[in-house]
Amino acid sequence: MTTALTHSPEELTAIATRIRRNIITSVRDAKSGHPGSSLSATDLLTALYFGHMRHDPQNPRWEGRDRFVMSKGHASPGLYGTLAEAGYLEVSELSTFRAINSRLQGHPDMHKLPGVETSTGSLGHGLSYALGMALALRLDASESRVYALLGDGECQEGQVWEAAMAASHHKAGNLTAIIDRNGLQIDGPTEDVMSLEPFADKWRAFGWRVVAIDGHDFPQILSALAESREQPVLGQPTLILAKTVKGKGVSFMENQVKWHGTAPNAEQAEAALKELV
Amino acid sequence: MAGIVVTTKDKVATRVAYGETLVALGREHADVVVLDADLACSTMTEKFAKEFPARFFNMGIAEQNLIDVGVGFALAGKVPFVSSFAMFAVGKAWEQVRNSAGHMLANIKICGTHAGISLGEDAATHQVLEDLATTRVIPGMTVLIPSDGPETEAIIRAAYAYNGPVYVRLGRPALPVIPREKPIDFQIGKGEWLREGTDATIIACGLMVNQARLAALELAEEGLSVGVLNMSSIKPIDREAIVKAARESGAIVTAEEHNVIGGLGSAVAEVLSEELPTPIVRVGTQDTYGESGTLDDLLTKYGLMPSDVKQAVRQVLTKKK
Repeated sequence: MTTALTHSPEELTAIATRIRRNIITSVRDAKSGHPGSSLSATDLLTALYFGHMRHDPQNPRWEGRDRFVMSKGHASPGLYGTLAEAGYLEVSELSTFRAINSRLQGHPDMHKLPGVETSTGSLGHGLSYALGMALALRLDASESRVYALLGDGECQEGQVWEAAMAASHHKAGNLTAIIDRNGLQIDGPTEDVMSLEPFADKWRAFGWRVVAIDGHDFPQILSALAESREQPVLGQPTLILAKTVKGKGVSFMENQVKWHGTAPNAEQAEAALKELV
Repeated sequence: MAGIVVTTKDKVATRVAYGETLVALGREHADVVVLDADLACSTMTEKFAKEFPARFFNMGIAEQNLIDVGVGFALAGKVPFVSSFAMFAVGKAWEQVRNSAGHMLANIKICGTHAGISLGEDAATHQVLEDLATTRVIPGMTVLIPSDGPETEAIIRAAYAYNGPVYVRLGRPALPVIPREKPIDFQIGKGEWLREGTDATIIACGLMVNQARLAALELAEEGLSVGVLNMSSIKPIDREAIVKAARESGAIVTAEEHNVIGGLGSAVAEVLSEELPTPIVRVGTQDTYGESGTLDDLLTKYGLMPSDVKQAVRQVLTKKK
């Protein structure tokens, strides 16, 4: 079982850098994938897997584990890069990303790779899966919690709000949703494509406890996660609204919408890796 | 296991038998949970909700979330029975049925009620006539449709016992209980022979099984030997029984309360064209939407009465060499 509390923010930063390198090399090798969305979510994933969640890479189906649903499935390079650092797979396997017969599908497939809790890709599903798991775990009086990571653009899907309504109605206090608020989607800034603001107010109006944080600041992320765990089982679901930077960590990818779903060539990857040390 | 809960009634709706069976399953198995989308009093899941309030979850009028929350329950080890009208459960939420229930092979049982034109007065927007087609094309899905109340219980129990995603098509109106010589022995992938014939075989599902039975009885009086095969397992379909019907009678009529495109008729034609090309006539709705009306008026207007099945048998006999 991995426990978090052993990692200092400095250690988490070092792990996150290795994950970011994994993202760049796997997308480079695949010649396709979503680097920008993976890099914005990297610190959130690092905090969850190395600083907060109960899980066991040696026993991915361990009953006492916390559940993690990667609702923004296109950030699969971030998820695989994290699972590899955690020991669910060898880092060398990341080079098979998106290749035929690979366990590392373009969007995550739970039946191919142990450690992937649900298959995702089509947007808007993950919060509903997480809610179903949370209600089931509550029936079993389990202490496990459920975490779902959503994209901000993803919240334009109506189903997200169906799930948001249902989670507070059914008092899923063991559910935490985290939004990777990088502000960009394929066609441009979220506020140009389909505005989400006032985003926090919308979640509050749906009955959620909302915590707004800097999604690249480990003490803030860890403290928000710890607070959500302390919520009583019959309480409110928690939303962590994490302000992030798309492409975080690679200067020429930061806040550039074109890196949402574009792979770096060898030269660009080399430049990116030089920054990720 | 408990015995058949639906035995004594002459007529019972499949949705009513479903509701009663859920209560029985709830008593027998602690892992059964039930989800609905504000139609519990119509889908009959309210009976379960009353007896097991802690294991019943109303998701409100939000069918996409309904299916995916059900999948979440399944991934956490429960056996969710998830209900709404069939139009919405597998129509509005088709992508959830495909990408969540199907692709994850989740152990979810989607039980859609009020399927077909027999829904009646609510009319076309609610009368799904395409659901057998849209669910059976999903890899990994099992698609079942009971002919009456007692078979509903057998099918719901089989769905519970099976590990994987299942769609069960249920109806609104009270249906006659089919007289059977042998007790129901439902198995996924197996049809049920109600009678065998040498002139033609009617392969039917749902409420058309009784229409087919009545047609076959009348044709028998006219000297024709017509078999009736209840194909309650649409997917996997009973290829062996279909081939046997073709081999022994040489002419096939299919009968379903569904568009003739994509449903039982298509599934049977797929088998026959590969295994044993045989003359076939498909009874069903003819690529059209339904409308308001009483059950009898609708079945008459849309060509789903025993007389329509009889006419289809006569038609297929003209094609038989």
